[in-house]
Amino acid sequence: MYRYDAIDKAFVADRTAEFRGQVERRLSGELTEDQFKPIRLLNGLYLQLHAYMLRIAIPYGTLTAKKLRKLGYIAKTYDKGYGHFTTRTNLQLHWIKLKDAPDILEHLAEVEMHSMQTSGNTIRNVTADPYAGATADELDDPRVWAEAIRQWSTLHPEFAFLPRKFKIAVTAAAKDRAATKIYDIGLAMRRGRGGELGFEVMVGGGLGRTPYLGPTIREFLPARHLLSYLEAILRVYNRYGRRDNIWKARIKILVAQLGAAEFARQVEAEWAKGDHAATDLPDTELARIRADFTPRFEKLPGRSETLEKAKAADRDLARFLRHNVHPHKQPGYAIVDVSLKVPGQTPGDMTSEQMDVVANLAERYSLDEVRVHYTQNLILPHVKLDDVPAVHAQLAAAGLATPNIDLISDIIACPGLDYCALANARAIPIAQHIAERFADPARAEEVGELKIKISGCINACGHHHVGHIGILGVDKKGEEFYQVTLGGSGEEDAALGQMLGPALPADKVAEAVEQMVEVYLRERQDGERFLDTYRRTGVAPFKEAVYADAH
Amino acid sequence: MPMRIKVEDGHMLPVEDPFTYVADDQDIPQGDVIVSLTRFEAEGDRLLSEGRAVGVRLKSDEEAEVLAYDLPRIAVVALEFPKFRDGRAYTNARILRERLGFKGELRAVGDVLREQAHFMLRCGFDAFEPADGSQAQQWQAATQRFRHVYQRAADGRAPAFVEREG
Repeated sequence: MYRYDAIDKAFVADRTAEFRGQVERRLSGELTEDQFKPIRLLNGLYLQLHAYMLRIAIPYGTLTAKKLRKLGYIAKTYDKGYGHFTTRTNLQLHWIKLKDAPDILEHLAEVEMHSMQTSGNTIRNVTADPYAGATADELDDPRVWAEAIRQWSTLHPEFAFLPRKFKIAVTAAAKDRAATKIYDIGLAMRRGRGGELGFEVMVGGGLGRTPYLGPTIREFLPARHLLSYLEAILRVYNRYGRRDNIWKARIKILVAQLGAAEFARQVEAEWAKGDHAATDLPDTELARIRADFTPRFEKLPGRSETLEKAKAADRDLARFLRHNVHPHKQPGYAIVDVSLKVPGQTPGDMTSEQMDVVANLAERYSLDEVRVHYTQNLILPHVKLDDVPAVHAQLAAAGLATPNIDLISDIIACPGLDYCALANARAIPIAQHIAERFADPARAEEVGELKIKISGCINACGHHHVGHIGILGVDKKGEEFYQVTLGGSGEEDAALGQMLGPALPADKVAEAVEQMVEVYLRERQDGERFLDTYRRTGVAPFKEAVYADAH
Repeated sequence: MPMRIKVEDGHMLPVEDPFTYVADDQDIPQGDVIVSLTRFEAEGDRLLSEGRAVGVRLKSDEEAEVLAYDLPRIAVVALEFPKFRDGRAYTNARILRERLGFKGELRAVGDVLREQAHFMLRCGFDAFEPADGSQAQQWQAATQRFRHVYQRAADGRAPAFVEREG
């Protein structure tokens, strides 16, 4: 885990002091809300339906026990005792008082955290593969590069007022757990012919009202030139991205209008003029960052008798192992996924007490590391196989052992109309209704991998376009309706979902999901996932099942 | 005479502005003037031959590179912020300073707020016409807020990765 040095500490301290002064000017009336808005938005503070919402950055989704405990403390002290993990691996607190915001930032600074650039038209919090440093299928730890990006992008003076928000995701593994194709810039590490590490650079992916998968503008960028190349991309975007229409201001529109080849040409031309050595990090700095991401594993046998025995005796543990425990690169260790998707509850919500539980487990069993996944779940990345039964038992006692990772009740949902000023419809209750129908773990297991993603409006924070089943809330004359799409994916087999048919009323959505699952179970061949069956059969049988009543 | 804030020896000072902005449809008065790019392209040579100082005001969608050959003769480039949210002038500023080597006055005009001071100074601006009534000492304070920076830009400050090398 990256540790702040004196420079990083001074930086967040200076930022917090600045914000305290600005909040005082707002509270005294010296600043109007209009004047204050751009200031608070540079610090992740939104004004929502009921209160201020603070979005805390969790850079590349990596936490320590101390950080997670602090988040729990803040949620308990300044909010209602829980927080909401988002699809951008941030934590949102929805009931914040303005006068408390500077104190909260000070608490965050104490544990080397901040809320800078979690809003506004800036380079936002950078995300990365949540299995980084733990998975065998990666070429490098992507967090080294993500931390380099975090620092480079922090208060970057040229890019503080971009046409629109800007998000970067990094992966170094073949399996894309960071949804890089739906990012403004997606970086996927590759190895060059000479063995050198570099990135495939994808630009202009994104969801919202005009969804695109990001085209590749460079097959291989030597990794050492990452920052100067990013600077060239951002410069082209800052100059030529549209500023006349908020719906056309994201970089995906610029890339689509120019065409990926012409956009790439402009970036290359700008990059060729740049002074790379002035921007790219020296090897010494990369080595300094890298040293913080080198966990000390023990040498262990690849098989644990303790775990095998416990598994044979405990069906719940066996099921948990099948769905929530994944192979680790180091023999004798496992990656443990912690589901925040208890059927009937809000996806991504976590209480302060639960944060303490996971923090304690991380400290004791996971080399002091916790990760946040964009699927709104947490991960204990380095658990010894011997310790998995104990971890499972303690998670279960805290309501955190739901064995449903990637199953039908592991639903992504944005906060929706229950909280968000932009939403057209609720998302959370829809997720709850669907999850409740599949609450029986045996049934969920029989259905297998099925990713449902729900957004309460076209901004698509719930990633509905890339759900195997995507659900989008729309407003029709004051009533909530839901458009269903099928066949999307945000991973290495990325695709945008296709429309099922006319929008459904709220009380029909969960039923429709059940009907589609029945079609899938009827049609599936040799262990196909829902997505595979859909891609083979097309939309027709699903459509027929859902709209049969209407005929 | 109107005032603007100017950086002199590292200090933000309120300084009288000797330049007159001249709109495209106005007659050119005596003395130092700042004109639009269109007018500079049409009349710049003549204005400069009259022995006065000449500045050019660029809109946010005009690119600094068009001035490349004239820069040694230009006293002031005024970059316009039609709205504070329009960040194109930051790129123009860096290109003028870092790529084209402009040594004259680089002035921020339009919707210029003291909250932008840090970014503007870093991108190479050294003169400001605040739209929010803010004063030189407030700009001074705003620019001293951060003891460290993470990137190289046009202000010559050493970024964190250089400081760390000692």
